[in-house]
Amino acid sequence: MSNLSSLSFYIPELIIISAILLVIILDIIPACKKYTFYLSLGAILLAALFLWQSYGESHALFMGMISIDPFSHFFKMIFLLSTFSIILISRYEKQLDKSYSAEYNALLLIVLLGMFLMSSSINLIMIYLSIELVSIPSYILAGIMKNDKESNEASLKYVIFGSFASGLMLFGLSILYGLTGSTNISAVSSVLQTIDYPLTIYFPLILILVGFGYKISMVPFHFWTPDVYEGAPTPITAFLSVAPKAAGFAILIRVFYTMFTLDGIAPNSLPLTNINWPTLIAVGSAITMTLGNLLAVQQEDVKRLLAYSTISHVGFMLMAFAIISPEAIRAIMLYLFIYLFMNLAAFYMAIFASNKLNAHHIKDWKGMGKMNPILSFFMTLTLLSLTGLPPTAGFVGKVYVFAELFKHQQFYWLAVVAILNSVVSLYYYFKIVKSMYLDDVEGVIDKITAHPVVNWSIIIFSAQNILFFIYWEPLVGFIDKSISF
Amino acid sequence: MESSILTLLIFIPVAGAVLMLPFAKLYGKENVHYYKWIAAITTGIQLALAWILYQNFNPALSISESPFTVQIDWIKHFNIQYFLGVDGLSMPMVLLTALLSFICIIASWKIEKQALGYFSLFLLLDAGMMGVFLSLDFFLFYIFWEVMLLPMYFLIGVWGGPQRMYAAIKFFLYTLFGSVFMLLALLALYFYSDPHTFNLITLIHTVGNIDATIWGLNVKYLIWISLFIGFAIKVPIVPFHTWLPLAHVEAPTAISVILAGVLLKMGTYGLLRISYPLLPGEVVNFSYILAVLGVINIIWGAVNAIAQIDLKKMVAYSSVSHMGYVLLGMAAAISESPAGAQAGMNGALMQMFNHGTITAMLFLLVGMLYDRTHHRWITFPRDYEKPELAGLPGFGGLGAKVPVYTGFVALAFFAGLGLPALSGFISEAMCFIGGFSVFRTLTIIGTLGILLNAVYFLRAYQSIFLGPLNEKYKDLTDISRRELVTIVPLAIIVLFFGVYPTPLINMIAPAMDGIIKIVQSVI
Repeated sequence: MSNLSSLSFYIPELIIISAILLVIILDIIPACKKYTFYLSLGAILLAALFLWQSYGESHALFMGMISIDPFSHFFKMIFLLSTFSIILISRYEKQLDKSYSAEYNALLLIVLLGMFLMSSSINLIMIYLSIELVSIPSYILAGIMKNDKESNEASLKYVIFGSFASGLMLFGLSILYGLTGSTNISAVSSVLQTIDYPLTIYFPLILILVGFGYKISMVPFHFWTPDVYEGAPTPITAFLSVAPKAAGFAILIRVFYTMFTLDGIAPNSLPLTNINWPTLIAVGSAITMTLGNLLAVQQEDVKRLLAYSTISHVGFMLMAFAIISPEAIRAIMLYLFIYLFMNLAAFYMAIFASNKLNAHHIKDWKGMGKMNPILSFFMTLTLLSLTGLPPTAGFVGKVYVFAELFKHQQFYWLAVVAILNSVVSLYYYFKIVKSMYLDDVEGVIDKITAHPVVNWSIIIFSAQNILFFIYWEPLVGFIDKSISF
Repeated sequence: MESSILTLLIFIPVAGAVLMLPFAKLYGKENVHYYKWIAAITTGIQLALAWILYQNFNPALSISESPFTVQIDWIKHFNIQYFLGVDGLSMPMVLLTALLSFICIIASWKIEKQALGYFSLFLLLDAGMMGVFLSLDFFLFYIFWEVMLLPMYFLIGVWGGPQRMYAAIKFFLYTLFGSVFMLLALLALYFYSDPHTFNLITLIHTVGNIDATIWGLNVKYLIWISLFIGFAIKVPIVPFHTWLPLAHVEAPTAISVILAGVLLKMGTYGLLRISYPLLPGEVVNFSYILAVLGVINIIWGAVNAIAQIDLKKMVAYSSVSHMGYVLLGMAAAISESPAGAQAGMNGALMQMFNHGTITAMLFLLVGMLYDRTHHRWITFPRDYEKPELAGLPGFGGLGAKVPVYTGFVALAFFAGLGLPALSGFISEAMCFIGGFSVFRTLTIIGTLGILLNAVYFLRAYQSIFLGPLNEKYKDLTDISRRELVTIVPLAIIVLFFGVYPTPLINMIAPAMDGIIKIVQSVI
């Protein structure tokens, strides 16, 4: 589709772009500064409305640069939801310097735009550009607390790892272009199918995996994660742990299924002849979840613990990525969707704890069960969900991932590794529960209450656990409709 | 009414737990009274429903013919059903659960610390237990199985003894370790059977057709192993038993009763409900190992109990020993003589029920002693905090001071060591008769357990209740009326089934015959 006629299918993104520009302009005018918050939220709602209306359409826009399809729509909804919630919650985070809130919101919106592009790129150049559009504002956001040493360290580490990984990925992409003479991924795919030398394909494949793997913090490209998560302001950590991860998975699924399989997302698709990348992913998945879990066990800092737990969850999702089938994509999307809620709820609880109690360590959460019984209850539910135990949605997500291995009768060893990992994860998640309820507290305990926005965010994001546990069929049905690109 | 009774049995406790919340809002959390009464009333209703169910229960009917069966689609595309049913296997367990839940609420009457949390978690635990015994869909069964863990973690962890936190997480991790393997088995059963289903009744007919291998091993063999790990930890089978003494000792009295009385039975119930009918071929191959493990349990549990100087720990180890009889009886399902197989299987299920009531009595009685004296040392340890007491007997001569209490302890101890005319004797004897028809030598070794059981029970009895009265306890009060309410029903059951076990046998025999037939068909 030509550039001009593409624009009419590009309204959600155009709304976000105008919002970014408006926020920057409003920031200059002192009287209007305080409206940037409402403007950002309004733009996201508007974009969501247009996105919802156009759900189900499928077009290749801008002469084959990006593709608008149900698959990208699903992810875009996840991005909008998480960005909306993060902008909302950031207002009530005490760590953040509110005089930068306009820049902060603008940067978040830029990341949002980048993620929109990531989920719909079908061109090698767009892939690179969209990942950079997400990464560069993220570096700034991680270091937005200018006077905090750890925040600065986080930002610098993020930049160094990020630029190295994206450099390698760019190298991989350019090799693919050299091999095939095209930048469109389906055109690349059809040439790759005729190449008989596995090493020729393995080399760019692994380089691209480095770039994507860094984005989703797959081991061994995860080293930035704990430090960045610990140093960055908590809302940004929460954001980085869900939205760009979802974007990373979106682009990983689209690019690998299009370029490195024979039939794409058709039911009986297979990896390219002689290119056994699913096994590569399976091994990566086992290492990712095991390392993430084992390191999480030793953590005493809540944010760091959640950072490592994120890594192990990525390992779980990669487990389904090692199976090539539409149902495996469904399992990943379902897991991501549920994971979005449970991880955000856990991080919001960390925001609440650090706002009210200045608590960063697990032991500082002592007596939380009595200080705020309701939020503690929902936090327990969230942690139960992160462990993957019934009656929570996390359990449903896990069952779907495991079911894929059994349905395709592959990688049983990976299922055993994963199942043992979920036992390990119980131990460290319940260190928080133990601190909240079991540890003895001396003296009188004062009740603490959260700001209604924080309070209800936590409650809603963890109450979904019960809802999607009792009846998850419509959700899976919606995801099934969204698997098409 | 008939088809909703099973649902009510599970969800009445949940309703009770939810009902507590408005009361907490209206009257404050400190008004312990409301929560106690809500819990007592809900478990009372549950007990009444279980009794109605028992009155209308016809053991001759199969699950599909029974009017109580409920079968509703839940998640269609995974073929998960809300499928509840009751047969001779689950009926005694349902009665036991309802009875012990009610008794435990009465036994927890003096809980003051965070009563709202205690009673609502207890009711959720109750719902989970009931759900496990009534589910006939494997997925549903697994969910209830897991749902129990969290309330149990808190009940041990918040209201337990000095080492409660360690005990709670150890219990949680052990059981989860077992149940995740069960999850793998569950998925394997679903995807390898044709048609794909979690329905435990359908699976009986379809699992036999599975003919596939993983890593060169038969899938059915691997499924059996996975399930066995899950159930063995719950039973617990030595060497998976190390969570048990710790959890039982640290838990508050009522929770120990539930742990020993109901939760342990879930392991053997799972074997009888899932492993036996679904994988009879593996049962035949494994029954010798099962019998060996059973005998090890009997001896190891008893020997450990002899070594204990803490009364509660002694009772905890006696549970390990008593669950060994169940395993030995179950292993006899392969017996060539029909009478032997029947004796073994019926004995196993009866032992599950009888041990539930006897061990509940034991833990309740230990709890009463502890409430009054704040310790439960049969003999004070050598490194006791008060050096002047180290190595001395903890009690002595209480028999004359608290005769009624002593009478009940005597009844419970003698039932525990298998004295004839008490219920424990009949089921243990049946397990041995069954075991003897197949595994002669093993059973003879196993009978040693009876002797060893007598050693620790009688020694504890002698040390605590006989001899001259320990002066410290001259003000000891005898059993109270509330405590009588908890202990008398159990005592009556122990006496009644010791003299006249026919109602129990009639209730369970047809279901057990069904399982025996499935197992025998593959020999």
